[in-house]
Amino acid sequence: MNFFASLLNSLPGAAAQGLIWGLMAIGVYLTFRVLEVSDLTVDGSIALGGAVCVMLIRGGMNPWLAMILTFISGMLAGLVTGMLHTRCGIPAILSGILTQLALYSINLRVLGNKANQAVGVDKYPLLVSQRYVRELSLRNPLPLLLLLCAVLILILYWFFGTEKGSGIRATGANAAMARAQGINTDGNIVLGLMISNGLVAFAGGLLAQFQGAADVGMGKGAIVIGLAAVIIGEVIFGKLFINFGLKLSAVVVGAVVYYLVLQVVLQLGLNTNDLKLVSACIVAVFLAVPYWKANARKKEKSNA
Amino acid sequence: MLELNNISKTFYPGTVNAKTALNKLSLKLNAGDFVTVIGGNGAGKSTMLGAIAGNVQVDSGSIIIDGQDVTRLPEYKRAAFLGRVFQDPMMGTAPTMQIEENLALAARRGQKRGLRWGITKTEREDYRELLKTLELGLEDRMTSKVGLLSGGQRQALTLLMAALKQPKLLLLDEHTAALDPKTAAKVLELSDRIVEENSLTTLMITHNMKDAIAHGNRLIMMDAGRVVLDIAGEDKKKLTVADLLALFSEASGSDEANDKLLLG
Repeated sequence: MNFFASLLNSLPGAAAQGLIWGLMAIGVYLTFRVLEVSDLTVDGSIALGGAVCVMLIRGGMNPWLAMILTFISGMLAGLVTGMLHTRCGIPAILSGILTQLALYSINLRVLGNKANQAVGVDKYPLLVSQRYVRELSLRNPLPLLLLLCAVLILILYWFFGTEKGSGIRATGANAAMARAQGINTDGNIVLGLMISNGLVAFAGGLLAQFQGAADVGMGKGAIVIGLAAVIIGEVIFGKLFINFGLKLSAVVVGAVVYYLVLQVVLQLGLNTNDLKLVSACIVAVFLAVPYWKANARKKEKSNA
Repeated sequence: MLELNNISKTFYPGTVNAKTALNKLSLKLNAGDFVTVIGGNGAGKSTMLGAIAGNVQVDSGSIIIDGQDVTRLPEYKRAAFLGRVFQDPMMGTAPTMQIEENLALAARRGQKRGLRWGITKTEREDYRELLKTLELGLEDRMTSKVGLLSGGQRQALTLLMAALKQPKLLLLDEHTAALDPKTAAKVLELSDRIVEENSLTTLMITHNMKDAIAHGNRLIMMDAGRVVLDIAGEDKKKLTVADLLALFSEASGSDEANDKLLLG
């Protein structure tokens, strides 16, 4: 098969993956940009979501109901990280790492002490499946994924515009100010982490269905992909999108772009084993550029 | 309105760095008092304000605001009684949020924050009128991010926010120290006006002895974690900077104190 044909063939799958990871990246955005907390729980909570969702569906549960419980499982993971951070005084980044580590054992238990569990689209009524991603039919996962992204962004836009949500944004923007205005910053950090990890687990549930299996290692490096999506979204739309809902949409677009570019690079012959190295390098560069730019500006100023 | 009863606070107790910031400090403010607070570095002024606001937990003693014991109340719950303006103009506002959003956050101080929309239409109109009184043109920039404002503009906005919910007590912690002299004078003038219009009970820390004499109806001087001088009414009006320096040396028992107060 020639290069372009195989590339075209792989694009719908990449777009679907991008949308799923986009939801996950919104979770990262909420902690990283809104709460200004670096939360590393997500690597664990995405696998938790996958495991919980697959086991519930295998147990015969309606997939929508399973997704709701998946969301709640992620919220519990966020609750643990939040409590470790606010009640035990452990730095946020370390709290996340602790929860993530603990989740590895928990996820193995959820998966019945196996490293992975399959959930075939032939046997179970899955919401989304890789198999139909190139089909022109109602079974195609892309419309549903787009709809899910739109609905979740709308709900989040509404929530972060309410009094409660504004309080969470203030907590991230300036905690001292927030407390002086009577906002319970600790409570808000916990709530923010719960919503974020709920979303991440939800994305994990979708990802497991899409791939037809949950794997205990499926979250490895998820935080980097999430950050990449956030940053790509900001690079493309940063100056254009001021509105909160649009900013969340930019994150999803960022994730889709990430997966599309990835497909191109893979088609060009990149070894899949090198993928994580390349991802890490790209994210590191994008995080460093604003810092370098600021430094250069400072130098200019002191020279002037 | 405010009662501090024998409050003490030692930082790093039991180490070589132990530092007694408040030493059985007692102070009573009547409703409507506007008290200026002076004292050298390390006299405990900011710690006292922190103890009242709740970001410093006292070791002993009690803090009573409007008849309610708040000694063990966390900072965010005490906020219901307080309006605060900080020394650092960056501290009083949320830079990545809009001017009107900041005001809306302050308007809900002491209330339960639920799932109603964070700002209402009538509120917006009220804020526009309120911002007009500042004469800084902020009423036309209500959806601008506060991070774009200058230090003076931010302090003026923080003052509005602090007074928005008629606090029992207004705490001004050297809120003009980081501003240039002209802007500082303007913000002080605005503080006077806001305190008067809302008849707020106020504690204002300042390093400027002239300001301490010119503003408020009562002046206290702190040294080594306690109040060493408390002058009110006619006596305060007659004070001069020279008087204050003399009184300070007397109260703290050393001439070096002069430099400490001036340089502090």
